[in-house]
Amino acid sequence: MDTTIAVRGHGITKVFGDVVALDHVDVSVAQGQIYGLVGPNGAGKTTLLGLMLGLAVADEGDLEILGTSVGRGLPAPDGVSGFVDGPGLYPTLTAKQNLATLLSLQPDDSLAGDVGDALEQVGLTEAGDQKVRGFSLGMRQRLGLAAALLTKPRLLVLDEPSNGLDPAGKRQVHQVLRRLAAQGVTVVLSSHRMDDLEALCSEVTILAKGHVVFSGPPKKLTDDNHELDYRLRALDPSAAHAVAAATPGVRVVQDSDAVARPDNDVIVVRARTAALDELLARIVRANIPVRELAPVVSPLEAAFLSLTDQPALTGQEADQ
Amino acid sequence: MTTPLTDAPAAGAGAALKPGTAGRRPVPVVRILRMELVKQFSAWRVRLLVLLCWLGPGLLVFAIDQQNTLPSDTLFGRWMHATGWAGSLVVLGVAGTWALPLVTSVVAGDVFACEDRLGTWRHLIIAVRSHRRIFAAKAIASVTVTGLLVAGLAVSSMLGGLLAEGNQPLVGLDGHLLTGGDAVGKVLLAWVCVLAPTLALAAIGLLGSVALGRSPMGLLLPMIAALGMQTAQMLPLPVTVRLALPGYTFISWNGLFTDPQQLGPLLIGIGVSLVWAVVATALACLLFLRRDFTNLNNDGAGRRALTLGVLPLAGVLAATVGAVAVGTGAGGSGITQDKVQRSVATVFSHLYPSQQAQMHQPAVTAAQLQTTAACDKSEGLGAQAGPGNDWRCTVSWNVPGYNVTAQAIYQVDVTPTGRYIADGDGPVQVNGYFLIINAGKPTPNPLWQFDGNVDLISDH
Repeated sequence: MDTTIAVRGHGITKVFGDVVALDHVDVSVAQGQIYGLVGPNGAGKTTLLGLMLGLAVADEGDLEILGTSVGRGLPAPDGVSGFVDGPGLYPTLTAKQNLATLLSLQPDDSLAGDVGDALEQVGLTEAGDQKVRGFSLGMRQRLGLAAALLTKPRLLVLDEPSNGLDPAGKRQVHQVLRRLAAQGVTVVLSSHRMDDLEALCSEVTILAKGHVVFSGPPKKLTDDNHELDYRLRALDPSAAHAVAAATPGVRVVQDSDAVARPDNDVIVVRARTAALDELLARIVRANIPVRELAPVVSPLEAAFLSLTDQPALTGQEADQ
Repeated sequence: MTTPLTDAPAAGAGAALKPGTAGRRPVPVVRILRMELVKQFSAWRVRLLVLLCWLGPGLLVFAIDQQNTLPSDTLFGRWMHATGWAGSLVVLGVAGTWALPLVTSVVAGDVFACEDRLGTWRHLIIAVRSHRRIFAAKAIASVTVTGLLVAGLAVSSMLGGLLAEGNQPLVGLDGHLLTGGDAVGKVLLAWVCVLAPTLALAAIGLLGSVALGRSPMGLLLPMIAALGMQTAQMLPLPVTVRLALPGYTFISWNGLFTDPQQLGPLLIGIGVSLVWAVVATALACLLFLRRDFTNLNNDGAGRRALTLGVLPLAGVLAATVGAVAVGTGAGGSGITQDKVQRSVATVFSHLYPSQQAQMHQPAVTAAQLQTTAACDKSEGLGAQAGPGNDWRCTVSWNVPGYNVTAQAIYQVDVTPTGRYIADGDGPVQVNGYFLIINAGKPTPNPLWQFDGNVDLISDH
């Protein structure tokens, strides 16, 4: 067994009745890595996270968690923590009481963290004595993370940890996860937010209908140089439109929609990276001030949509 | 896709992985139990129940005791002005009908369902990782909280009664007097006895909570089961069926207050209740262990759960009916002419001396009276057995010192459970007056109307 691997799964299959949730999935997560799982609804992300947390056992395949085989009759080892489908919190208890009750379930007191410290890490110190009933979704998410931290995990499994977080909360959670990874804690998370995965994960696995359709560093996806839609905001949109239309490899899309929008200084162009570089050079040469040039959807998201056979959004839909 | 680790882990949590040796140590049940109790007592409805159970009965008994009119249709209600112990037994009778089923519904019927409702199952399972330990802790927590609430009902009602009337002798169900010391023991024992059917209802609550998930039916199951059993007790069912229902112990504690005690139905009821408690808990455990917690849409409710829950309990009922029939040899309603006559005569013979004492007449003993009763049902037409309000008894007794035989008439309403109320129908000197003025103070006439209990399975 390789002790530098926190999670190793081979040929994992999980079936619910007639539904194959996971179909011979391979997964390998190194210790200290932040690892992303992404996929459309029903892709099998939660099922895979549930297997890692010991909520269920695979019907086929082998799964090792922190160097220990898990499966029927083989429980997940100490040091695994996290949540799926939202943090489980008791609304009639305060934040501190929720953490304290969880702390009381630790079989070994030496493995238990400090409630105050956990609350501080997720920025909920001042809300510690409030009942969870009154917490926002973002606060619940952060408290769920605090609960997971309390058990001093070596493997942290989080399902949609950024769900409901405001920008400040999201930044705080990201900081916590990065710090944990730097300390050697392995983090496996799922998210629908491609920006989260790009910002945090050193590797991602894209699941679709129970199959792995991609696995590797996010950069590998964006390096594949797919044709993407870009939003171009210029001081003189008509001139920019003319330049774009004349640039080889560049197509202006959603022309009429863009004009109809209130911010009608925006045009949307579709191009590969090289053609986009050429367009930018021409616009500069034409002395047209450019205020914004950005992908309508991120490269990772575009790759995700492409790999999972999801209908791509138009530029306008993506903005909405 | 294996990614080799190039940097050593910094410290602490991720410091070292020990291959193959990191099996999860079990969380002690006592720790899970502590968590469950914290959760239980954080819920407003449980706090309210604690408040109601520990304060309500005492206040109620005290308040009723200040009234002129007593709840004489409730067992021992007519004696609330005579002794503090009667109030607790009135509460016990009402609790068996309403309070204890409600307590088990709110506590045991929700102990698993609340996790479904709050979406906290996965959180709990990840933290504990042992379905068996979770089940054990939740079951023990339910029993603990239920026990606390039952204790509250008992203690509160006894204190309320004692504060109102003090530790006076209690008139038993066959009219004999229990001293204050005897009464406290028997009242406490009666409360202990009803723990058995309460456990059975709690187990049914656990089963409903596991099997029906977040459905309100799970919460209501103990109430529905109790209501069903109470309805069955009001029907003219064979005595074997009656005794095979765990709810019968909510009635058969009455047997503690006769002399000799009617222990047969009580012990059978306790035994049946405990069998139901064990079987229902085992079924709940089985269903819980088989539940798949990875599928959020499945909270356990379904035909299979109901089949695994309801059919085995129906089997238990059939088996206990058979066992009671074979074990006791009892048949029919258990209420015969001979039993009614003996019981009415016994109660009368015990109460007559009390009336004589109230009227400052020479003391007499039950033995001197040589009381007999001749009872018929429906004026002698039809079967002279079974429950009904058409029993009529003529009680005859020897008047000591006068060597004459006196008679009194009673209309007797016998319920299917064996309990009856004998209502005086003359002569007016014996049972015509509701009150007797004793040293200027009105006291209830013990022979105007009295309660009794027919032992359904004993021939004696």
